[in-house]
Amino acid sequence: MTAEEIHAQLAAKFGERIGPLMPPNKDSWALVNKAEDLIEIGQFCKGELGFDCLINLSGVDWPKKNQIEIVYHLYSYSKRHQFVLKVQLDRTAPSLPSLESVWKSADWLEREQYDLLGVEFRGHPDLRRIMMPDDWVGHPLRKDYKEQASWHNIETTRESPLDGFVRLDDLTKRKAAATAAIVPAAEKKEVLQ
Amino acid sequence: MQAFLDSLIRGWGHDPQTWVWTQLIYVAFMGLFSFAVINFAAVTAGIFSWAERRVAGRMQSRVGPNRAGPGGFYQWIADAVKLLTKEDLVPTEADQFLFRIAPYFMMVGFACVFVALPFSHRLVIAEMNVGVFYIIAVTALIVVGIIMSGWSSNSKWSLFGAIRSAAQIISYEIPAGMALMIPVLLSGTLSTQGIIRAQGPWPWEWYIFHDPASFAAFFIYFISALAEGNRTPFDLPEAESELVSGYNTEYSGMRFSYFFLVEWGNMWVMSALATTMFLGGWQVPFLPVTDAADKIAMLSGGWTVLAELASIAIFTFKTLFFVFIVMWLRWTLPRIRVDQMMNMCWKYLVPVSFAAVLFVAGWMLVIHAVPALDWIMRIVLTAGGAITLVMFWLRTLQNIKDTGDKFDFTSNW
Amino acid sequence: MSEARRGTGPEPTMDMTNKEVMKRIEYTGDMLLNMGPQHPSTHGVINFLVQTDGEVMKRAIPEVGYLHRSLEKIAEKCTYNGYMPYTDRIDYIAAMFANQGWAMAIERLLDVKVPRRAEYCRVIACELNRISSHLVAVGTMSMDIGAVTPFPYALREREFINDLLEELCGARLTYNYLRIGGVAFDLPESYGDKVLTFVDHFEKILVEFNRLITYNEIFVQRLANLAPISPELAIEYCLVGPNLRGSGVKFDVRRDIPYSIYPELQFDIPVGRGELGVTGDCWDRFWVRVAEMRESCRILRQCIAQIPEGETMAKMPRKIKVPEGVEASVRIESARGDMQYYVIGGGENAYRCKVRTGSFTAMGIIDPLSRGLMVADLVALIASLDVVAPEIDR
Repeated sequence: MTAEEIHAQLAAKFGERIGPLMPPNKDSWALVNKAEDLIEIGQFCKGELGFDCLINLSGVDWPKKNQIEIVYHLYSYSKRHQFVLKVQLDRTAPSLPSLESVWKSADWLEREQYDLLGVEFRGHPDLRRIMMPDDWVGHPLRKDYKEQASWHNIETTRESPLDGFVRLDDLTKRKAAATAAIVPAAEKKEVLQ
Repeated sequence: MQAFLDSLIRGWGHDPQTWVWTQLIYVAFMGLFSFAVINFAAVTAGIFSWAERRVAGRMQSRVGPNRAGPGGFYQWIADAVKLLTKEDLVPTEADQFLFRIAPYFMMVGFACVFVALPFSHRLVIAEMNVGVFYIIAVTALIVVGIIMSGWSSNSKWSLFGAIRSAAQIISYEIPAGMALMIPVLLSGTLSTQGIIRAQGPWPWEWYIFHDPASFAAFFIYFISALAEGNRTPFDLPEAESELVSGYNTEYSGMRFSYFFLVEWGNMWVMSALATTMFLGGWQVPFLPVTDAADKIAMLSGGWTVLAELASIAIFTFKTLFFVFIVMWLRWTLPRIRVDQMMNMCWKYLVPVSFAAVLFVAGWMLVIHAVPALDWIMRIVLTAGGAITLVMFWLRTLQNIKDTGDKFDFTSNW
Repeated sequence: MSEARRGTGPEPTMDMTNKEVMKRIEYTGDMLLNMGPQHPSTHGVINFLVQTDGEVMKRAIPEVGYLHRSLEKIAEKCTYNGYMPYTDRIDYIAAMFANQGWAMAIERLLDVKVPRRAEYCRVIACELNRISSHLVAVGTMSMDIGAVTPFPYALREREFINDLLEELCGARLTYNYLRIGGVAFDLPESYGDKVLTFVDHFEKILVEFNRLITYNEIFVQRLANLAPISPELAIEYCLVGPNLRGSGVKFDVRRDIPYSIYPELQFDIPVGRGELGVTGDCWDRFWVRVAEMRESCRILRQCIAQIPEGETMAKMPRKIKVPEGVEASVRIESARGDMQYYVIGGGENAYRCKVRTGSFTAMGIIDPLSRGLMVADLVALIASLDVVAPEIDR
């Protein structure tokens, strides 16, 4: 099925709840207007449309729009077609239902987005940080993320080890310049004498 | 050995029965021989550690240690020096006393075996009439050391290794013991020298080719010995990909090296025992030594010495050949899982070894009635063994041809 | 142990730390093994919290993140060309594929047509890298089972490939060979002959390798029927690449979502058939990798025979700019399977780059599969999924 056909079926089933097909970009995608519908739409996609695999789940932070976008890449191994669903969440308290009950692969992918973007997936069985330490503060993939200065007395930043070092080329140039500066002075002395 | 000392004392012009210093001489020589045996065990284990690394290097198409001395031969001395000078670390949480004492248990269990192992026609520390029984009993000390080391380390990996090892060694004692009972049954003695004297120098006179059951018993013994020595494919107690290093994870320095000393020395023990029990030991061709007639002793002067040396050479060659096979297996085979290891022992080896003992007992009755059957069976089995070897060689040649490989014994030195 | 001691503890919540989860395990009176982060066979710095009852595992919970280098954040900070060396570090065993994914994603954003010779160079480099990556996978797997010898054999062959790739791009591990719009260097003089010599030699070695380990009785006993993954489960957990094909799903991105010049090449897709056990067991996954090396040899032969003359770089602007908000996702068949780059353009540097790697999703299946296995089997399972720590954590 092409993206248009998939979107037509989705629109026929869910009507207003699913946004229009967005053709201008490279992969056609459709917006899920309300995050609460996700599980229902996910189950429809898996059941009726044959999307048996959630191959990717990414989150994008848009501070300008004050939104966090969660992007679901669906693929069907049985019918060999793909589709992209997006959900837009409020940036201050992003929260949406977990799709772990629909696709098991969502388990780790959602944990990753929870860790790096701070999105809460409601109903996830084991929502813990996955990349960062458990007591880390902040979510690194947010655009306005500021790293904490230290973690358990370990500095997170350090001075550049290159500060104060001089490139070998510059050193030779400087030396050459220095000798060039001395030699005329010596000559001058001779002249004076 | 007592006979040797008695003859020595008689040579000095005293009667060993009445002379005052006889007991002292016995004790002094006992100390001397113990020293020699422990050193022999340690040096053998050291050389095997070098040999194993060279064999592994050759098999894995890499070089192996080749810097120190000719072909890297002094590597084992360098390693020993390094291990001796390393700090003897004991983890804070470990049971200090047990942790320190565990390697010695292993060392004792291992060194004691050498007392009963023969090396040649006359060279044996003590010709005990319970030799085989003694060897089986003393070897069990090793498992005590392993359990102590695993328990006292206070590490979960060590404990895992120790428990695996205990289960493994205790299980495999049974088929190994039963398999060793077959030569005992055939020769009617528990003395290691007596068992060799009951066999002959030629393959068809060995116990391995005596009858089908003893043929099976040889392999049962060999497999069980691999398991008792923690060698691949039974190296579960120290499986480095599963248990980091098993029971010796927390050890370092010399204490650590004791474990490996025992492992490599055990290769000599298991191979020497296989040679003794099944492969005719030190018997020299054309000079068979039996309980009835000792052809080597009947030779005169220098020829006796020569025959004695030949018997040492033959015994060493057979043993080293098996040591090589043990190494070969280690660098070829994967490791089996712990439940498969138990299955193999209790479901296959134990029943088969019991059946073999029964079969041999029956077979002895049969050949007692029809002596010709004995010789027919021996010839058939020897021929079968020879054919197997030829087939193996042809298969090897075919593999080499298929993969475009070639023989190369000269490189990598 | 009594039922009274076997309290289950509180259910996991969002703010539950690892320590509390470990506490929950200790409640039950079982043994808790920390397998990793420094363990010989976790294939990098991964920690497994293994709950065991003697030798039998109740559960193994993977703890990852020790190698997190925030590569996705770095992508937002540097230019498109400048990110190319960083992609090498995503998966350093098979760096060429990460290069290719990034290059293809940006090319897709910009609608760049890559010259045909460059595509052939890419495929040759990638297939060489696939062989070397699979060699590491099968070698380490046999070593984890306890057979040490196949590992040096595999690494010996990998050395030849490293030499070939070094001649191609000057690096042996992190290649940085591909560029957006082509490749950095054309093939060196008589490179095709060298590759063919290697392929001839390697196909014989594969026969030897199979005789040495693949059909070894102990090896088969250890791996056949172990931790089988049904095709449905594999798709459900989003297993990709050789792991998915080991379960009997005939899917290969090179064939089913064709990219580069793969549609023009003849090659088979080996799938696990349950030859010695159940379909999708560890042995099948091992066998698929061995069979894929042979197919890569076939692809290499064809590429060397067909490679056209011509340019190796498309005309690219010095400073690549992508309008903000334009997005593209690209899937390629990496050595560890379907690798997806999801890139959103944002001017001179990417606004967001998400890399979905094969190892990451493969880790998710270890917990459900590990229940009831033995500790030694966990090692085999990890090895058969061929996870590489940097690819999980990125």
